[in-house]
Amino acid sequence: MSAGGSRKIRITDTTLRDGSHAMSHQFTEEQVRATVHALDAAGVEVIEVTHGDGLGGSSFNYGFSLTDDIALISAAVQEAAQAKIAVLLVPGIGTMADLGRSREAGASVARIATHCTEADVSVQHFGIARELGMETVGFLMMAHRTSAAELARQARIMVDAGAQCVYCVDSAGSLLLSEAQERIQALIAEIGGEAQVGFHGHQNLALGVANSVLAYQSGALQIDGSLCGLGAGAGNSPTEVLAATFDRLGIETGIDVHATLAAADEIVRPFLPRLPWTDRASIVQGYAGVYSSFLLHAEHAAERYGVPVQGILERVAQHGYVGGQEDMLIDVALVLAREQEEEDASCRRGRSGGHDKEGPAHADR
Amino acid sequence: MTATVAAIVGPGNIGTDLLAKLRRLDGLEVAYMVGVVESEGLARARELGVAASADGVDWLLRQDPLPQIVFEATSARAHQSHAPRYAQAGIRAIDLTPAHVGQMVCPPVNLPEHLDAPNVSMISCGAQATIPVVHAVSRVVPVPYAEIVASVASRSAGPGTRANIDEFTHTTAASLESVGGAARGKAIIVLNPVEPPMIMRDTVFCAIPADADTEAIAASVHTMVEEVRRYVPGYTLRADPQFDPPTASWQGYGRVAVFLEVRGNGDYLPEYAGNLDIMTAAAARVGELLAREAAART
Repeated sequence: MSAGGSRKIRITDTTLRDGSHAMSHQFTEEQVRATVHALDAAGVEVIEVTHGDGLGGSSFNYGFSLTDDIALISAAVQEAAQAKIAVLLVPGIGTMADLGRSREAGASVARIATHCTEADVSVQHFGIARELGMETVGFLMMAHRTSAAELARQARIMVDAGAQCVYCVDSAGSLLLSEAQERIQALIAEIGGEAQVGFHGHQNLALGVANSVLAYQSGALQIDGSLCGLGAGAGNSPTEVLAATFDRLGIETGIDVHATLAAADEIVRPFLPRLPWTDRASIVQGYAGVYSSFLLHAEHAAERYGVPVQGILERVAQHGYVGGQEDMLIDVALVLAREQEEEDASCRRGRSGGHDKEGPAHADR
Repeated sequence: MTATVAAIVGPGNIGTDLLAKLRRLDGLEVAYMVGVVESEGLARARELGVAASADGVDWLLRQDPLPQIVFEATSARAHQSHAPRYAQAGIRAIDLTPAHVGQMVCPPVNLPEHLDAPNVSMISCGAQATIPVVHAVSRVVPVPYAEIVASVASRSAGPGTRANIDEFTHTTAASLESVGGAARGKAIIVLNPVEPPMIMRDTVFCAIPADADTEAIAASVHTMVEEVRRYVPGYTLRADPQFDPPTASWQGYGRVAVFLEVRGNGDYLPEYAGNLDIMTAAAARVGELLAREAAART
């Protein structure tokens, strides 16, 4: 398929879900209402509102929500005149009961996420979502961790279970242009006749928007963004940049570009504790393929145990930890702190013995 | 002393690993292995001199002597239909399926209270790995909330677990309360496909009072880990319990975090499958103690 056709693209804004990571899950009801109001007025069709780790994510492991998810979903539903409110559910963290409660609160799109090779844990959840009368979206996370062919096989499992769209989710912001493209092409080839295909990008290597355009050109019809890029790691593809870029390409999104620019600048930016940015740690995430949501948890563990945050993230990449294993960041920090202590001790021994060690490995501390 | 006669129903990977563990025990003799189709598991059992049949529980209940204990390693549905038949025949059931017909048991925590129970449930792998630690904390201070994260290798998560992952979440959370002693429990499970497969990991977080005696909690956890290691040698602490001071988002409670690794014994299942090993090890432990109790009575 080629660019610039008349296919309309649907942008799902995830400021109030993926952005929850960057807010340490401290969204207030007022912030949610103002953001939904602005997005809805700008013409965004789907707005996702949930704890960053999905329904049931409020926990020691991922951070407790300031305001209960269901209360925020209800508020969002009240504010949205035309937009559908979506929720994220990660089986293993949230449950079908949580999904039922979100439906009662008025959510109408269920986005069900698994690691890219574990789609079969979501089969029941798609069934329940459809029974609840929800639109369904499958979310294959950390898509860089498997081949295009395997990703397509996993998408097939989700579609057979009831998914109406399956996303290639670049959770680590690690896919490089053609890598995103070939995955979308494989998904289109496998499920294109029965379901839509979507792309969710992160900015860790600053490719979220470019990958989204390539995804569209490869046949994707749903794209995720968030205002000011608010999201895990270096953030998501900014909704306002997606709107402007697709508008310039002549691709219809149904979104008013100026209204999204205003929403980002006037509504969201003022409440951000910090703007998402491709800093050292988040680039390491994209470079080494680490789950973006680990960033703030890694920073916290680094501070708590006096070890470098990029060191934690690199070790996490070596171990191949996946989304949900935030506890392992503390474990890795403890190991690094122990190694550092042993190294310091051997340096001291070395000096007292008169053999000064060159180039200590902890030089960047 | 006559050995307690036992049977294993379900000759798959779990049943085969369990057989290896039970054969090492004194006072308990696995006389029967039961399946519903001819399988490698039945053949392996026969090679070890165990009477094995593919004719199911009907066959088992015709044997003389009848087993005193049956270990069920089939499926929740199968155990639900077998359980009343075992009970009627006076056979005690140790259930490794997610049926939860009987008392939920974690050996070092509440087995002594349920030595007479006709049917005990081994709950879930995550529960067996984490309840001891929750209990170790809750016997020192009140625990208003306990949360566990179980990470298992994708290869060790069977189709039953995958098809009903909410069942793990609900049951494990409930057992953190009813057996572990937390006022409220939450359980999270993560499947990781990394190769070579990761060894099972479990993290336990407990909310604790701001003025909790952290040394007493740490000592209690260490003692409990030693207790579990008596039947799961690969159960280890990755680090000393970690204490964090109270915060506003924790509603004024402090937190203890305990990082566990569960390496399987490699009897039949691979070492990384600590999640499966801790189930067979805990079930074997229950069998051992039931047999010892029975011997003491005769």
